[in-house]
Amino acid sequence: MSAAVILAEGVEKWFGAAHVLKGCSLSVSRGEVVVICGPSGSGKSTFIKCMNGLEPFQRGRILVEGVSVGEPATDLPKLRARIGMVFQHFELYPHKSVIENITLAPMHVLKRSRGEAEDGARALLRRVGLADKDRAFPSELSGGQQQRVAIARALAMEPVAMLFDEPTSALDPEMISEVLDVIGQLAAEGMTMVVVTHEMGFARAAADRVAFMDAGRVLEDRPTAEFFENPEAGRSKMFLSKILRH
Amino acid sequence: MQYNWNWGVLFQEPYYGWLLSGLRWTVLVTLGAWTIALMLGTAVGIARTWPNRAVRTLGAAYVEIFRNVPVLLQLFLWFYVLPELVPDGLGRWLKRDLPLPEFWTAVLCLGFYAASRVAEQVRSGIEALSRGQLQAALASGLTLPQAYRLVLLPIGFRLIVPPLTSEFLSIVRTSSVALTIGLLELTAQSRQIENYTFQGFESFAAATALYFGIALAATLLMHLIERRTAIAGMVGKGSLGGV
Amino acid sequence: MTGFDWGVIVRALPFLWDGMKVSLMLTGAGVLGGVLLGTVLAIMRLSPYRALSVAAAAYVTTFRSLPLILILFWFYFLVPLALGRPVGAFASAVIAFILFEAAYFGEIIRAGISSVRRGQLLAAKASGMTHLQALRLVVLPQAFRAMTPVMLTQSIVMFQDTSLVYVITLRDFMTVASIVAGRDGRVVELYTFAAVVYFVICFSASLAVRSLCRPAIA
Repeated sequence: MSAAVILAEGVEKWFGAAHVLKGCSLSVSRGEVVVICGPSGSGKSTFIKCMNGLEPFQRGRILVEGVSVGEPATDLPKLRARIGMVFQHFELYPHKSVIENITLAPMHVLKRSRGEAEDGARALLRRVGLADKDRAFPSELSGGQQQRVAIARALAMEPVAMLFDEPTSALDPEMISEVLDVIGQLAAEGMTMVVVTHEMGFARAAADRVAFMDAGRVLEDRPTAEFFENPEAGRSKMFLSKILRH
Repeated sequence: MQYNWNWGVLFQEPYYGWLLSGLRWTVLVTLGAWTIALMLGTAVGIARTWPNRAVRTLGAAYVEIFRNVPVLLQLFLWFYVLPELVPDGLGRWLKRDLPLPEFWTAVLCLGFYAASRVAEQVRSGIEALSRGQLQAALASGLTLPQAYRLVLLPIGFRLIVPPLTSEFLSIVRTSSVALTIGLLELTAQSRQIENYTFQGFESFAAATALYFGIALAATLLMHLIERRTAIAGMVGKGSLGGV
Repeated sequence: MTGFDWGVIVRALPFLWDGMKVSLMLTGAGVLGGVLLGTVLAIMRLSPYRALSVAAAAYVTTFRSLPLILILFWFYFLVPLALGRPVGAFASAVIAFILFEAAYFGEIIRAGISSVRRGQLLAAKASGMTHLQALRLVVLPQAFRAMTPVMLTQSIVMFQDTSLVYVITLRDFMTVASIVAGRDGRVVELYTFAAVVYFVICFSASLAVRSLCRPAIA
């Protein structure tokens, strides 16, 4: 078994005629936090969705704990059950209460009993600071609260790694920090994670490595300090100067 | 399963002629009913969006009555009950002297019925336009009827060409109820051929194919209309709804 | 024309009620079977496998371009032939209604499923659910909520359509009314009464649908 929890090598993907990933590679070791940044349309969301097989890809390979994602024989539901994912638009189930959102997959995928699943869910809600919202429905929560529930929902599966796909880009500015605090706390506790984000302050504080993508390619993949102090590629310099000016 | 195939029966006299005659009646009833449905349906649809509350209620009552009674029963009301309720002279004329009574009754009944459905489409077409359109029209000095005639309806109708196509096809299908008052339209003829020859597969398949043919022709025609009347910059309903 | 004779209706009430039971049973069977088969059709139509989606589309297009009466004739003729023994008009009618309504319910359900954001399916799958689990637990419950008003309205339309079994002389409410009308020579009373009954049932049902569905899902 490889030391990397997630290992992507030369991943290529086409949407019809559009070549959206052009040989992307990334390795994430246990306990590592990797931030992927880059301009919109660079393929970062597509890349992270390839890592748990939500998006198919045509060439290259991705291994999750040594299991190949693209292999037809792979039990994708089983693999995804071990990887948590948080989406840009939360994707809480609107017809289920907060606690039902969190217990749904543990009960139906891990076959936990309702009591066991609810105990776990309450503990997670305390952890993300929403212990009193267990009976609320998603539409009654603010965006920041919804995203924190979504994080608790992903953690309920006790994942070995977490994928965050632009977790704060659909949020009002005043709610961004409450979500980033939760993610940062997870990082500090040693969770393995890949985070697609534009939040460079977060990247600087929490990431071990930063990868920069543009036009379907990973142009840089370096330790955080090096990336910020001395970006190599011209594109990432331009990107950084634009982003940091805000 | 025991069955003796005989597709040739479809091309023998008199059955061949029966099918064609059935097709002709189906088309004629549909066209007649469609004419009534378009005119009356537009009027009722306008009524449903008119600023005056009484007019709106009247329009709504029309739609509810014709939508909540089975069309077969409506047909019987027109055919058997109406002549009894009107003044004696007219009733006698309806029962004895009206030429092609099955045909005209079917046209009227289906026309009035389909008008209630067309009215709902017209209403949704007008309501899809923003309030600003009406206000702009009124602000430029148009009267309310002018605003409908010159602005709301021309745009609204273009929006509802696709649903109107399916309303037209719905009349084609519904016209088969006319067989219950003795009009030998397409479905009735195929049933009659089955009764005479016991070749149910062949006769029903022929009717099925002819209904497909009508649907195809009507859809193509409506596509043509849609293209000819398209307004630049308007893709469909959604593009205007948000303005 | 002599005055209305309402006594004829009172005397025929038990017979009419038997007919109404047939109408309601046909509606129930058609809605139940139609929704079940329609769900399968909708899932097939939205499936990434082209063969499945084309087959479902062909089914839906076929049934939606034919008159219900022709379909009733088809199955009245086909079902005994396929089973090799005579079956009653009721069995043929139930099969015809289920297959016919499935095409309409299938389209309603397809629209309902399409109205659920794609991210919901992805999120469910990301948590380890299989495709069918994701549909059953996450997508379909939301889809059914969104389309409940349209489905109920379609059920009302279907209740009216059951009157068409008149053409295969199955004794539903409509047919019974016409039998009594012919037997007693009381056309005006019977058809007027039948129209009022249908109107009251369908209109109050559609009012109920409207008031039930006004508060959209939270």
